[in-house]
Amino acid sequence: MIRILSTARTEFRIALRNRWVAIALILMAVFSLVLSLAGSAPTGGLGVDRLSVTVASLTSLSVYLIPLLALLMSFDAIAGETERGTLSLLLTYPIARWQILLGKLLAHLAILTLAVLLGHGLAAAVAIATDESSLAGLPALVRLSWSSVLLGATFLGAGYALSSLSRRPSGAAGLAIGLWLGLVVLYDLALLTAIVADGGGWFTTDAFPIALLANPADAFRLFNLTASGATAAAAGVGGAADAIPLWHSLTSVLLWPLAALALAAAAFRKVIP
Amino acid sequence: MTSTLTISTLTKRFGEVAALTGVSLSVAPGERVALLGHNGAGKSTLMKIILGLIPATSGAVTICDAAPGSAAARRAVAYLPENAAFHPALTGLEQIRHYLALRGESPALAMPLLEKVGLAQAARRRIGTYSKGMRQRVGLAQALIGHPRLLVLDEPTSGLDPVSRREFYTLLDDLAAHGASILLSSHALTEVEARTDRIVILSKGRLVAEGSLPDLRRRADLPVMLHVTARNGYAPDIARALPGAIMVGGALHLTCPQSQKLETLGRIADLGDKVADLEVLPPSLEDLYSHFSQWAAQ
Repeated sequence: MIRILSTARTEFRIALRNRWVAIALILMAVFSLVLSLAGSAPTGGLGVDRLSVTVASLTSLSVYLIPLLALLMSFDAIAGETERGTLSLLLTYPIARWQILLGKLLAHLAILTLAVLLGHGLAAAVAIATDESSLAGLPALVRLSWSSVLLGATFLGAGYALSSLSRRPSGAAGLAIGLWLGLVVLYDLALLTAIVADGGGWFTTDAFPIALLANPADAFRLFNLTASGATAAAAGVGGAADAIPLWHSLTSVLLWPLAALALAAAAFRKVIP
Repeated sequence: MTSTLTISTLTKRFGEVAALTGVSLSVAPGERVALLGHNGAGKSTLMKIILGLIPATSGAVTICDAAPGSAAARRAVAYLPENAAFHPALTGLEQIRHYLALRGESPALAMPLLEKVGLAQAARRRIGTYSKGMRQRVGLAQALIGHPRLLVLDEPTSGLDPVSRREFYTLLDDLAAHGASILLSSHALTEVEARTDRIVILSKGRLVAEGSLPDLRRRADLPVMLHVTARNGYAPDIARALPGAIMVGGALHLTCPQSQKLETLGRIADLGDKVADLEVLPPSLEDLYSHFSQWAAQ
């Protein structure tokens, strides 16, 4: 336990000095503020409080931003140590590989959590200050916060796995960007294209819900939109939220971090310094 | 007493390339062993197998009765990699505190350790600002953590100035006196000559010679060199008395096989007053090293 905590403390310090903490906090704060200030227009028409609308916007933002931040922090974790030559020494210490990964995860997750709490806190403050009924939206915001952290854990795990698989940080960065584009951007486009081509057939009714749950980013969006009943404020594949039971997306949101971290541990075990 | 490190018929292949072939070696507690070899002779590969970083193709390695890379072995072994590297954003003190925690020791020991290697002044500066020699000292400090039973040191004195090297070997002597075994590789043959108990020469992945320095000298049977300085004007007389001697500068240089060393010395002594000075130069470690490496290549 001391070993894991010491690793986490060291990693946090490194992230602090590499400005990753500042970058994550500023990005989340700026985007959350912009969304909560700009998200005021549609409230009257929808008849919901201001914070609930902001949560729907924040959900769409988090789907892009959280995986990006997580991958940016994690792609260097193993490949960087291999290239600097620090990994071979570290692996001669009496610390298991999973303990090293867990230490790094704790530090990176702490940074993501801080960023999420700051961004969401600011958004809530703005919404409640301008519209008192916004208190009704707080449970949705809390749900968004913890599921954002779990989404972050999933992509941190994926980042560690990619970092272990590629020998160099540049290669790991390429793979990380590819994964982000693939899962967050292209996946949805491909699904929409398939639905349009399918015209309401087997794919739309059977395969599509499974395809959404299989992607951690889509499952995250689905879970938050379904839970808050905010599908009216959602667009794109998020509109499917009504069709899939909540516990399906919740299971996916809970299982993905474990699967990604197991993948990372398996990939790291194969690394020869 | 059983050995700290035992290696028997160790072989390592990378695809078609044989990095190590049938290497057997053991290191007793308190023994200092130097590993010599050209670049690519297999020194680093051997060290990585001992550390459990890469698996062996065949053969057996045990460290304090444990398998390389096992938790017990890792607790017993300290490693100093060639060109020790650390995260540039951390200070020396933070890095050593972390390593102490990983070995289950108190982080408060970090400052005394850094003082021991002469880094106390720079302890709170980032490692990114350190010189190569200073990074090497951080590496050294981490290798001294706890009470390692075996120290594996890859080119430990590269980047250190002569005074620091001497201090470094004093630290090693101290560790060895307390029962730690030391396996080090070095290109600085003169310092290895004076500071180790046993020498192991690797060539192309094979162990070609092993023993103490006098041992290796006897086995190589390389000629001894004699430098004779003549008193004014007697150089031609001496040259006549010692066939085969050649004039270099003011002195006569003469080589003879080990077996004729005493006889030749006797002849020089017979010259009496004509000789101003005499120096006997046994074959150096450099000579032995190239002898055994070449002999293995044939």
